Amino acid sequence: MSSREKILAAVRANKPDLQPLPDVIIPVREEGLIEEYRRVAEGIGAKVYEVGGIAEVKELLAASFEPSQRIVSPLEDFADMAEGIEAGIDPHSFADVELAIVRAEIGVSENSALWVPEGNVSQRVIPFICQHLAILINRERIVPTLQQAYSLIGEINYGYGVFIAGPSKTADIEQSLVLGAHGPRSLRVFIVG
Amino acid sequence: MKVGLFVPCYVDQFYPQAGIATLELLEKLGVEVEFPERQTCCGQPMANSGFSHLTGDCDELFTESFAGYDYVVAPSGSCVLHLKEHLHSKKNPSAAEDLRGRIYELVEFLTDILQIKSLKARFPHKVGVHQSCHGLRGLHLSQMSELVAPGFSKPEYLLNFVEGIELISLNRKDECCGFGGTFCVAEEAVSSKMGKDRVSDHVQNGAEYITGADLSCLMHMEGILKRQKSGVKVLHIAEILNAGE
Amino acid sequence: MVKEETQHKGLTEHSGLADIFNRDEQRVNWHDETLWFVRSKRDKAAHSLPEWELLRETASQIKHNVLSDLDTYLQQFEEQALINGVTVHWAADAREHNQIVHSILKKHEINRMVKSKSMLTEECHLNEYLKEHGVEVIDTDLGERIVQLAEEPPSHIVLPCIHKKKEEIGELFHTHLGTAAGESDPQVLTEAARQHLRESFLTRRLALTGVNFAVAETGEFVVCTNEGNADMGSHLADVHIASMGIEKIIPRRKDLGFFLRLLARSATGQPITTYSSHFRKPRAGQEMHIILVDNGRTVQLGREDFRNSLKCIRCGACMNTCPVYRRSGGHSYHNAIAGPIGSILAPNLDMKAYADLPFASTLCGSCSNVCPVKIDIHDQLYKWRQVLVKEGHVSPVKAMGMKAMAFTFAMPRFFAFAGKAGRVVMKYLPFVVSNKLNPWYKEREMPKPPKESFREWYKRERR
Ligand code: SF4
Repeated sequence: MSSREKILAAVRANKPDLQPLPDVIIPVREEGLIEEYRRVAEGIGAKVYEVGGIAEVKELLAASFEPSQRIVSPLEDFADMAEGIEAGIDPHSFADVELAIVRAEIGVSENSALWVPEGNVSQRVIPFICQHLAILINRERIVPTLQQAYSLIGEINYGYGVFIAGPSKTADIEQSLVLGAHGPRSLRVFIVG
Repeated sequence: MKVGLFVPCYVDQFYPQAGIATLELLEKLGVEVEFPERQTCCGQPMANSGFSHLTGDCDELFTESFAGYDYVVAPSGSCVLHLKEHLHSKKNPSAAEDLRGRIYELVEFLTDILQIKSLKARFPHKVGVHQSCHGLRGLHLSQMSELVAPGFSKPEYLLNFVEGIELISLNRKDECCGFGGTFCVAEEAVSSKMGKDRVSDHVQNGAEYITGADLSCLMHMEGILKRQKSGVKVLHIAEILNAGE
Repeated sequence: MVKEETQHKGLTEHSGLADIFNRDEQRVNWHDETLWFVRSKRDKAAHSLPEWELLRETASQIKHNVLSDLDTYLQQFEEQALINGVTVHWAADAREHNQIVHSILKKHEINRMVKSKSMLTEECHLNEYLKEHGVEVIDTDLGERIVQLAEEPPSHIVLPCIHKKKEEIGELFHTHLGTAAGESDPQVLTEAARQHLRESFLTRRLALTGVNFAVAETGEFVVCTNEGNADMGSHLADVHIASMGIEKIIPRRKDLGFFLRLLARSATGQPITTYSSHFRKPRAGQEMHIILVDNGRTVQLGREDFRNSLKCIRCGACMNTCPVYRRSGGHSYHNAIAGPIGSILAPNLDMKAYADLPFASTLCGSCSNVCPVKIDIHDQLYKWRQVLVKEGHVSPVKAMGMKAMAFTFAMPRFFAFAGKAGRVVMKYLPFVVSNKLNPWYKEREMPKPPKESFREWYKRERR
């Protein structure tokens, strides 16, 4: 018998009687989402900007990054300040990216997480390999909790997707928080609209 | 209402004054109390060490001694919890099962059954309350700090009736004292350290007395206090609730 | 004098190892405070959600459902994963898991790899196995890398090097990564590790990750990290292997909403980990493997009293709250998974070797209260004690003492008499022994016997 068969047979022999899946409704608050989002995001080391449009984002970023630094973005809107991201090429070629600018589909106010599916980054490694990350999110796409986020995601068939909350960090050395473990050292969130 | 008083073995032998205070307090509140003399032990020392199969005779004796009372009351949360969860009788299974529902730790008996709304007692001292784990998480004498739920504390509710008392607050309000039955010798190092840490929380916050609903924890902390030659004393909650001038 | 006893116990048992840990009291204080700080952060995060207990209850019920229908879910997961273009392997035990990993490495002629945090691979001793077979593994989680350099196992499932002081880490980095001697600033040390590991990420062709949750409905799996190391490894590698215990399955994608809300808050008090990465299909040109591992889990599933331990989502909250863990350190549990949850999982794998662990607890119950999936941990510790005694894994001396105690308590006359005649009976209780070899006496005074017992007083006063 293969291990597969062995394991399945053992599970069948040993599992308890069927227990039903729970059916619950978790209460949610809908007010103050943007304030909550900002408070939580800043609490975990992100910078949050509420902006009217793309132009404002560009202005803010231009103030912090030099044109000589490598900036990438899959967004057409940023073609004037960032190079595009080609899907098929070797991901290692992004090792020297200073700033990546991408768009999130959903934001979650309870934990400041931003849902970034593969299609929004062209290359999965982009939001991790860059030294700094900027993410745009439309104001009306911010929901209270992960539960609403998953209902928006629904059955979408992505190959990869990630919730990102704050910059990469570690507290492995005596519980002291250090930003910039392996991924981006900073995260800028632009709430647009 | 007739109450059978259960005085756990180590209370009988080492802390008779807690048994006496329990008896007197209940009598003061108009309860008829008897102490059935054939009682010995709840069986917990064996069971918690993994020897629950040896507690059969102990259980029979307990059932026999207490079956005739309306309630059983004991000044020890952990013995009560053990009995509520594990008392069985082969000779008289229904009596044991029935009895399990009528066994109370003193504090919960006062708040839940007698539902007392006042008490005449005076104890003008600074007191720290030790929340014994079995009383806390087993009998729910107080709200547990881990849970997201409204707070309450039955021992503190009662102590607040006492004139002159000042309850101190602790840095860790419901951490274990490290007694744990045979744990206290089998894991000597950790047990002692837990005891020392618990005691120092009370001492640092100004307690003159440490009280609680479980003498086993108090005994552990007393052992540490005495070794440290501390002036801080332990008292079972019954002794404070029964205290006069 | 007391030390002798400890020596007899040997250094294979929790009590003996904990005794050594406690020789440096300042360090115990530091360890305890550090972990209590994590527990406090957990409390704050939990208390900020009024629906917290409802989330716990729901997550618990979902896990009960999973265990009761695990075979169906596993097959559904496999089917979906295959559709997604992922290769699925089944490993009956640790050995088979390690062999599968090795065979994938061989197929690609790879002998250097990176690995992100996976307690399963610790349980399987994968690193040792691969080392023997000439494969270099670099652990990329900072804490894991630190213990790897120190040639130690992790002491905590979420905070692998929580037992190490920054000065010790500074020394390790000085030796291995060339940081300045005496440098112990976490910021500087982390930066050094970042540079060192970035080079590893960029040069290794195979990455292994753990799995936090695997969704039966979609065949995707979720990996949670703060550092981004799982993603850096897997998105740069040609081959991604994800190892998971079969109990990691959850039914639907939307169930993640419950588990991800609970996991990080319980673990460290963060509202969510920095990255919650959902892997469904290999990236173009990449190979992705999932290894489903049993290694005793189906046996535990068959133990009615203990099967709920399989609900565990490895948040570590039970360790942070455990007053014994905080004061004995993870290594005293001599098992890949320490603390309360380790103590109920380990005896399933080897009752004899881990018979001491269920006794390394006061049964205070705090673990069960913080557990986000409501595992009845302390009740299981109690139940394991009964099983271990029945199976003969407890010393005969203790067993004799217990029988004598049971006998005495069953004899009311003898009990009363014994009490009067110098309280002989009490010698079976741990805190009353007449000589100073008794461990109780090392740091605690014995209770003083009063003039008369309660029953003597009662006879005199009320009869
Ligand atoms: S047993 Fe519960 S608290 Fe402990 S690690 Fe597992 S999920 Fe977390």
